[in-house]
Amino acid sequence: MAERSFRKEVEKLRMGAGEEFAGEGILAITKALLESGVAYVGGYQGSPISHLMDVLSDAQDILDDLGVHFEASANEAAAAAMAAASVNYPLRGAVTFKSTVGTNVASDALANLSSGGVTGGVVFIVGEDYGEGSSIMQERTHAFAMKSQIWLLDPRPNVPSIVKAVEHAFELSEASNTPVFLQMRIRSCHVHGSFVARDNLRPSPSLRDAMENPVRDVNRIVLPPVSFQHEHEKVNERWPAAVEFIKTNRLNEVFEGTRDKVGIVVQGGLYNTLLRTLERLGLADIYGGTKIPIYVLNVAYPLVDDEVVTFCSEKDAVLLVEEGQPNYIEQNINSILRKSDCRTVFVGKDVFPLAGEYTAQVLRTGVVSFLREHDTNFVAPENPMHQVAEFVSEIDGLVPPRPPGLCTGCPERPVFASLKMLQKEMGDFHVSADIGCHLFSILPPFNIGNTTMGYGLGAAGASAFNTESNRPAISIMGDGGFWHNGLTSGIGNAVFNKSDALTIVVDNNYAAATGGQDVLSSKGATKNRSTQHPIEKAAQGIGVNWTKTVRTYDIGEMRKALREAVTKKGTGPKLLVAQSECMLNKQRREKPQFAKKVISGKRVVQERFGVDEDTCTGDHACIRLSGCPSLTVKPNPDPLKRQPVSYVDNSCVGCGNCGEVAHEAVLCPSFYKTRLIFNPNVLDRVVWLIRQKIIGWLQNSAEKKRLRAA
Amino acid sequence: MDHQDRPISIAMVALGGQGGGVLTGWLVETAEKNGYIAQSTYVAGVAQRTGSTVYCVEMFPRKEADKTGKVPVFTPYPIPGDVDLVIAGEMAETSRAIEKGFVTPNVSTLIASSHRVYSMPEKEALGDGIMDMSKVSEVASRAARKYVCFDMQEAADETGSIISSVIFGAIAASGALPFGRTDFEQTIRNGGKAVDSNLRGFSAGYERALSAPIAEDTGAPVEAVTEGPNGQALADRIKSELPVELHKTVLHGALRTLDYQHADYAHQYIDRIVQLTSTDHIKYGFVLSEEVARQLALQMCYEDIIRVADLKTRANRFNSIRAQVNSEGEQPVGVVEYFHPRLEEVCDILPASVGAKILSSDLLKRLISPFFSKGRNITTTKVFGFLILYLLAKWRRFRPMSYRFREQNKFIETWLDRVTNAAVKDYDYGVAVARCIEIVKGYGETYERGLSRYLAMIDVETGAKNSDEVRQLYRAALADEKGEAFEAAFASLGIDA
Repeated sequence: MAERSFRKEVEKLRMGAGEEFAGEGILAITKALLESGVAYVGGYQGSPISHLMDVLSDAQDILDDLGVHFEASANEAAAAAMAAASVNYPLRGAVTFKSTVGTNVASDALANLSSGGVTGGVVFIVGEDYGEGSSIMQERTHAFAMKSQIWLLDPRPNVPSIVKAVEHAFELSEASNTPVFLQMRIRSCHVHGSFVARDNLRPSPSLRDAMENPVRDVNRIVLPPVSFQHEHEKVNERWPAAVEFIKTNRLNEVFEGTRDKVGIVVQGGLYNTLLRTLERLGLADIYGGTKIPIYVLNVAYPLVDDEVVTFCSEKDAVLLVEEGQPNYIEQNINSILRKSDCRTVFVGKDVFPLAGEYTAQVLRTGVVSFLREHDTNFVAPENPMHQVAEFVSEIDGLVPPRPPGLCTGCPERPVFASLKMLQKEMGDFHVSADIGCHLFSILPPFNIGNTTMGYGLGAAGASAFNTESNRPAISIMGDGGFWHNGLTSGIGNAVFNKSDALTIVVDNNYAAATGGQDVLSSKGATKNRSTQHPIEKAAQGIGVNWTKTVRTYDIGEMRKALREAVTKKGTGPKLLVAQSECMLNKQRREKPQFAKKVISGKRVVQERFGVDEDTCTGDHACIRLSGCPSLTVKPNPDPLKRQPVSYVDNSCVGCGNCGEVAHEAVLCPSFYKTRLIFNPNVLDRVVWLIRQKIIGWLQNSAEKKRLRAA
Repeated sequence: MDHQDRPISIAMVALGGQGGGVLTGWLVETAEKNGYIAQSTYVAGVAQRTGSTVYCVEMFPRKEADKTGKVPVFTPYPIPGDVDLVIAGEMAETSRAIEKGFVTPNVSTLIASSHRVYSMPEKEALGDGIMDMSKVSEVASRAARKYVCFDMQEAADETGSIISSVIFGAIAASGALPFGRTDFEQTIRNGGKAVDSNLRGFSAGYERALSAPIAEDTGAPVEAVTEGPNGQALADRIKSELPVELHKTVLHGALRTLDYQHADYAHQYIDRIVQLTSTDHIKYGFVLSEEVARQLALQMCYEDIIRVADLKTRANRFNSIRAQVNSEGEQPVGVVEYFHPRLEEVCDILPASVGAKILSSDLLKRLISPFFSKGRNITTTKVFGFLILYLLAKWRRFRPMSYRFREQNKFIETWLDRVTNAAVKDYDYGVAVARCIEIVKGYGETYERGLSRYLAMIDVETGAKNSDEVRQLYRAALADEKGEAFEAAFASLGIDA
């Protein structure tokens, strides 16, 4: 069960021609896929396209009705390989993943696919995880597009343009026998807007038609000698066909302006930010009317040489707005202009930062600096940042960094608390981290983890340290990473190479970081997938002899298991499965049920933790072993003490970590757990009353005595 | 406001998990249901896990757009200088909104919740790491065209609602958007989820936004109150023997020591202060005596098992816990205490000679330790569990004979000597030495860490030689758990830790 449910929204996917479809970019793309007659969709979740997978998963019934096969693939390589179905058959297919990390994983299949080319349209919807909110290294999908020759669409970030781009992408793919990337930026994925729907299209032929009438064309298989021929096909046939299609169908757009001695070329995805920047500078209106001519590259690769030359010639200077580095488009346009002998001044990253996201503020600075130099009529209005400079300087130092972290009650917290305690006991270890929520361990308060090499590569990242030592390297992997490739690249690799190292697999029942999608080892039974395959069993099957599953919140057991695993020698690789359900998902499921029970009069117990402020030392050792959002601080109510006390706020879910840590780390005796009984039964009430009586009597007598002495 | 040629632009700086997505959805729906075209964008995924995140919403009147037959172009990023409504779900995020340039005079209405969600560096500090945000509100009030600020989390808690509904109410009341109160409320109703509590939160937000005072109530300092004749006698003595500047703190301290042990103990406390004031002077404002009065009380009321048991079994604690979990009427509340006394803490309350003997014998320590290697859960709402702590609290009468009591007394005397000697050399040096004992606190490792660093700092031979050095070492002692900063600070002073 994913973190967010789209059950209600997916009903919109049934809309027919003429109806107005309103929703998020992600939902709109799904609708556009159905309208394009896709036969199959696959992918691997990851921000910013996680929700696309969730939408598809929730839309299973609708997909079934249309005869569309949807698969949550094992990883991006598997997802990309799915597109092989379109090599021999005119089947349209779409595959989605996070980029560039997902594209990295997929690139073997991508390269093979684009070498042989496709018959049916293939579109890869890549979530470009770049800039604010990104969780990965900052790179460009553009490089993959160029190296494998896959066309790259980067549409204007509004819902109708995105929908149009899906439609064009399939046509372009088919016209040029080449797969196409449809690049979705982070904020475009979650842009809310509307478009007029068309009818959904049943795939024709269907997957079954194709399967039952196999077609074999040896010229499409990547093996010498045809692989050499493919390279020629790419540049001599498919590329010109693509350029022709882009030109004829005007996939790129030119918005003419009155001040036509200058012009701006922009990646489609940055159009809105640019337009509004111009609007603020008095050079455009809210409807897209512009005084400066703009050439929008809805197709970022390949460029159309004629269009570029036509736009640039007759102008004194042209500015290119290209986000990310290297500046591939700038290099390309420079080369085009040079070859056509066009003398227009061409400005690119000269006026922009070489790296980093192009926000509204960055664009403004660059555009102003370009126009000052090249447009004599231009007078820049006051920079709003000047108005606020004074205020910004006054609050200098009062903006604490706030990176993401583990959620309240997260079951991964006790794993790292245990590790931190183990390090205190035995000294620091080299910890090879992985991708997933558990990577937050590298931040305070845990400060654990030395490297991260990619999803599922935690164990492989420690493989060099396969050498005799009293302090073995420890690797960490999530259940998501384990099934993505960690089982073979990490665990199998360690078995084969006779490593003695420890791998901790954090098993929280889901691919939690990407939004709680099911994985092979998920505990819940699901209608459309096969789950409940234990991680421990898989590892045993591949040859691991020392395996153990420990409930994460049991810190005592966890420490014991860790201690044993790092000291025991000669057993081969060790696998410790740290098991407890992702709290975000658990709460999402249990909270409404709990509330329902309370209302319906059923007996339920709510557990929560608290800190006695009188006995809290203000040392916050508990926080340094937790970092839970609900375990926080507040000013000390004691007039004699200055240091803030620890404090558990109302968001506490009573996971138990605080109490366990207090015991194991021998912290102060300030923690307590409360058990609040809703709808108590008769026995509860009677016992409660008796206890209240006795305890109350003792308390009264003590209080009387205290007052006598006061 | 003339919105014909520009959209209404909204930026929200919030924390992941605060419900920014819900609020964004509400804003879009309110706009769309009331004749506007709207766009919202946000960042989802792992960036959402409790980190800081920015939502952006823009809206434009549909009938204006229809007149032109064109569609407005909305921005995915808030444009500095062009944000009509800025929402900050917390005070440090308000600061962030200003830093990002979203808040501009003449343009922006700023709706900010004054509560704090402390960041990790603020929380994990060994001492006080809280940033003082009082300035932010003042700057915000000048930076914004209109500033609405109150504790929206508190309003949400009070109404059993979520902060998003309170903020939604505050937005409605601010008049920053061209919709009426009922339009906003209708959106909540259409949502169909937790409608009643959301409407309560909305209402609280609406009303408090209209009446919100900009200045935050910082709370008056707590006054010490005597409860009986012994306390009164202490108060009288303080009044007659000590300068007025010290009355408040010393009374707090005296009542604390009285509560901790008995009247004689409290008088001993006052004796010590009185003796110290002879070296102090009004011209310094009695800063030294005040600091000593504060620290002395805390050291004399060190936390041992007896004290913890005493505090944990009091009726007022039970009441406050019941209030905290919002238990209603006779709803049973169980309370489980997490204790882990080690051998050291047990020896502390044993008779001095016994405690000393055990602690000085490795064999005995080894034999007895295993009994205290595990944490214990004691349910104080059950009779048996309560009795254990109740009886331990009764042990109080034997405390003056205990091992720790004797040791603590020596420890305090040494400190007082150090303070006096330092103050004679340089008054401020004395104040710093008085203050630095603050790091000796608590139990177990916290206590041992603080104690060893304190002893190193005030060592006559190798410790700090003046007030600057004491303060530098004090700060370093609280910088990290491992003691790297402390060792570095020592090294920079040219002394070995």
